Amino acid sequence: MEMPVPSAAVLSRKARVVAALQEVLPSDAVIHDTRETRAYECDALTAYRCPPMVAVLPTTTQEVSDVLRICHAMDVPVVPRGSGTSLAGGALPTADCVILGVARMNDVIETDYENRIIRVQTGRTNLSVTGAVEEDGFFYAPDPSSQLACAIAGNIAMNSGGAHCLKYGVTTNNLMGVTMVMMDGAVVEIGGGHLDAGGLDLLGLICGSEGQLGIVTEATLRILPKPEGARPVLMGFDDNEVAGACVSDIIKAGVLPVAIEFMDRPCIEATEAFAKAGYPMCEALLIVEVEGSDAEIDHQLSLIKEIAQRHNPVELRESTSAEESAKIWLGRKSAFGAMGQINDYMCLDGTIPVSSLPMVLRRIGEMSQEYGLKVGNVFHAGDGNMHPLILFDANKPGDLELCEAFGADILRLCVEVGGCLTGEHGVGIEKRDLMDVQYAPADLDAQMAVKDVFDPAWLLNPAKVFPLHVSQSRREAARVAA
Amino acid sequence: MARKSDMVASEADLAAAVHAATGPLSVQGGGTRGVQVAGDVLDVSGLSGITLYEPGALTMVAQAGTAVAEIEAALAEHNQRLAFEPMDHRGLLSRRGAPTIGGVFAANVSGPRRIAVGAARDFLLGVRFVDGQGQIIKNGGRVMKNVTGYDLVKVMAGSFGTLGVLSEVSLKVLPQPETEATLIIEGLSDTAAVGALSRAMGSPFEVTGAAHDPQAGQTLLRVEGFDASVTYRIAQLRDVIGTGDLAVLGAEDSRARWIALRDVSAFHGVEGDVWRVSCKPSDGPALAAKAGAAAYQFDWAGGLVWLRMASGTDLRARLGAFDGHATLVRSAPHTQAELGMFHPEAPGVAKLSAALRARFDPRGIFNAGLMDARS
Repeated sequence: MEMPVPSAAVLSRKARVVAALQEVLPSDAVIHDTRETRAYECDALTAYRCPPMVAVLPTTTQEVSDVLRICHAMDVPVVPRGSGTSLAGGALPTADCVILGVARMNDVIETDYENRIIRVQTGRTNLSVTGAVEEDGFFYAPDPSSQLACAIAGNIAMNSGGAHCLKYGVTTNNLMGVTMVMMDGAVVEIGGGHLDAGGLDLLGLICGSEGQLGIVTEATLRILPKPEGARPVLMGFDDNEVAGACVSDIIKAGVLPVAIEFMDRPCIEATEAFAKAGYPMCEALLIVEVEGSDAEIDHQLSLIKEIAQRHNPVELRESTSAEESAKIWLGRKSAFGAMGQINDYMCLDGTIPVSSLPMVLRRIGEMSQEYGLKVGNVFHAGDGNMHPLILFDANKPGDLELCEAFGADILRLCVEVGGCLTGEHGVGIEKRDLMDVQYAPADLDAQMAVKDVFDPAWLLNPAKVFPLHVSQSRREAARVAA
Repeated sequence: MARKSDMVASEADLAAAVHAATGPLSVQGGGTRGVQVAGDVLDVSGLSGITLYEPGALTMVAQAGTAVAEIEAALAEHNQRLAFEPMDHRGLLSRRGAPTIGGVFAANVSGPRRIAVGAARDFLLGVRFVDGQGQIIKNGGRVMKNVTGYDLVKVMAGSFGTLGVLSEVSLKVLPQPETEATLIIEGLSDTAAVGALSRAMGSPFEVTGAAHDPQAGQTLLRVEGFDASVTYRIAQLRDVIGTGDLAVLGAEDSRARWIALRDVSAFHGVEGDVWRVSCKPSDGPALAAKAGAAAYQFDWAGGLVWLRMASGTDLRARLGAFDGHATLVRSAPHTQAELGMFHPEAPGVAKLSAALRARFDPRGIFNAGLMDARS
C-alpha cells in the first residue's frame, strides 16, 4: 500500500515538536523514544506498519486542542487513534506524524435517563458505555464485533455498525452531539441533547469522516431501554438462493427481526470444527433473532418458522431458553476465530442489495477457484453487509498480494451489483485505492471539498480515504501554503 | 418574490438550468414547505417516478420530484411505509401543491415517530444532486449500510437546497405494523406529562408516539405492532404510568389523532406565527412557559414544542440560550426576513456551514440567504 513519502522537513523538526508538546502535556503523555513509538505502528490491519514520529495521550479536550494547535503551527500531520481496532488501517501512522490517542479519555461525563442520553469522553470503549447504564435497564445499541475493545472515537470516525443495525441503526443514527477539536485547535460544539440540526447537519457529516475533519473528544449518545427479552431461531438450507429468498420473505411479511445473520458452507464447516456449536452441515445457515416479551417472541418466531417451512429447511431450531440462544449464537460469534485457526485471513466488508446475494456468492465461489484461495462468508443478511473472510498465508511470498487482489475483485463486484465497498469498517487505506470504482471524480471532489473546509491544511489523517493521486494536488498545495 | 421559470424534466436538464442560471434560484418541489426566497423558481417536480422498489430489501429509489402520495401508495401495496412519518405542511401553511419526496428530505421533515425510529435523514441512503456549478454528484447508495467516503447524504438532508438540488433519492422503508392503539392520560400538567412520557420512553414497550396536548388536557402514547403485542404493551404502559384517568384509542381513532398531531391541525387557519422548538425533552415545559405562546403542544416526549405566537414576536429572544433551536415555520414574509427562518448558529459552527455553502454553491444562487447566519 503506497503511502506519501515522509516529509524530511517535519522529521528534522522532531526535537522541537517534542519539546513543544511536552510543554502542554505531562511527560508520560508524550511518547517519542523509537522503542516506544513502535507500540503505535499499526492498528488491526496488521499487514501494514509504520511507527509514528511521536505519539501523545491527552486526557482533556483542552490538551487535545493544545496538541493540534502546536501541530498545526509546525505543519505536522496528525493521525487520530481510538483503540487501534480498525480493520481498514484508519489509524495507520506515517513516519512524520503525531499519533493522537484518546485512550486516556474514558470518563462518563453525564448520564441522563430522563432524556435517554449519555455523554462520554470518546476514548471510552463501546461496551463500557452499555456497562455504565445496563444496571438501570439501558444499553447503547451499535455493537461492532470489536465492542469489548473499540473506542467510541473510532466508532464515530468509521460510523460503525454491528449485528443489530436492522432495528437500531448504526452509529450515526445513535449519535446526538459532539465536542470536536479542529486542526487549528478551535473547539466546536455540535448537536447535544436535542434532536436534529438547527442548520446544516454537520454532525451527520462528521460521523464517518475517518478522523479527517476534526478530533471528537466528547460525544452525546442515545441510550435505549433494554428489550424484555430476545431469542433466535436457527435454520439451515441446501441452497444459498433459497436462504436469500427466505430472508426476503421474512422482511416482506412485516416481521422486523433485530438481526438476521447468514453463514455459508465453508464458514459453517470451519466454525463447527472450532466451536462445535452443533450447526447442520448445509449450504446456508440463518440465525434470525427477535425481541419482546416471551409471548411476543413466540408469536414472531412462529411467523418466521412458518415462512421458513415453505422453503424446505434442512434444519429449523427455535431457542426456548437463554442456554439454547447462547448455543445458537456460539458458532456465529466464533466464526472469525474459527477461520483464524485455519490460516491468516482478510475480512472484507462490502454491502450488496440483498436480492443479489445468490449471484454474488456464486461469483465469489468461482473467484475462489480462480485465485486458489479459500473464502468463507459471514453476512448481516438483513442489511446486505457481507463479510467474506479470505484465507491466505502471510508467510508465503506473494500470498498477501494475491489475497488483496481477490478482495478487490469482490469489492468491485459489490459495487457492480449496486452495493458499496464498505458497510461498516471504513475506507482507511485498505479500500482507499478502490474509491474511484464507486465514485466518479466529481463525487470525490465534492467529498474533498468538505475536508478543504474543515482542515484546509490537510494535516488530519491526510493519506486515507481518497486515492493518493486524487488528493495529491490538494495535499501539496496545502504544504506550499504552509 | 419568486418568479416562475420552466420546469425541468431530467437530471441533465436540471444541471443545464443551474449551469445557465444568471441569478438566484428558488428551488421548489411541491412548494409546500414554507420557503420564501427571491429568484426564479427552479421547479423540480417534473423529475418524477419511482425507479426501483425492492420490498424484500426495504429500499426504494425515486426521482426527487416524485409526489409523496405516489410513494406512499406504492409502499402501501406491499404493506410498507415511510417510518419517519413526514408531516404535511399544507394545512399549517395554507399551501396547495403536491409535496415531493425531494422536499421531504431537503427539509428533513419527520413526524411523531421520529422519537422512536429516527428522522428523515436517518432513512436517506443515497442522493444524486446538482451543485451550484451545475455538476451532477452522487453520494451514498441504495444499501442500508454504507460508510464508503464522507456521508454527504446526511448533510444534504435538511440543507433546504442550499448545497445542491436533489435529483434522486434512495431511501429505507419499513413494514407497516398490523395495528396500533393510543393510551391517553387526562389532566396532567406539562411537567407531569413530560415526566410520564419520559417514563414510557424509558420502558421496553416500544412507544412510537409520545405527545402532550395541553389544550385538550391529554397526554398520548402510541404503540404499534401485532394485535396481541399492542394489547399487551398498552396494559404494561398503564402500569408504567400508574394511576390516573386513562383511556385507549383503537386503531382508526389512533391513526386520525396522530395525523392531526403530526400536521399540527390545532393551528390550521388560526392567526399567529408558528414556531417549532427542538430541545432536550425535559426542557420542553420550562421553555414553553417562558415563551408566553397563545397555544402550544409537545411531541417527541417533550423534545419538540410547537408554538403559536403573536405575529412578529421574536421567540428566540424570549427563550434565551438553550440546548436546541427554534425554527420560524409560519410568519409574514417581513417577519421571516427580519428574524430568519433558522436559529442563528454558534460562531464556529456558522463559519463551517457558510464555508460549506460557499464550496457547494460558490455563486450563492440556491435559496439565497435562507440559511445564512444572522447576527
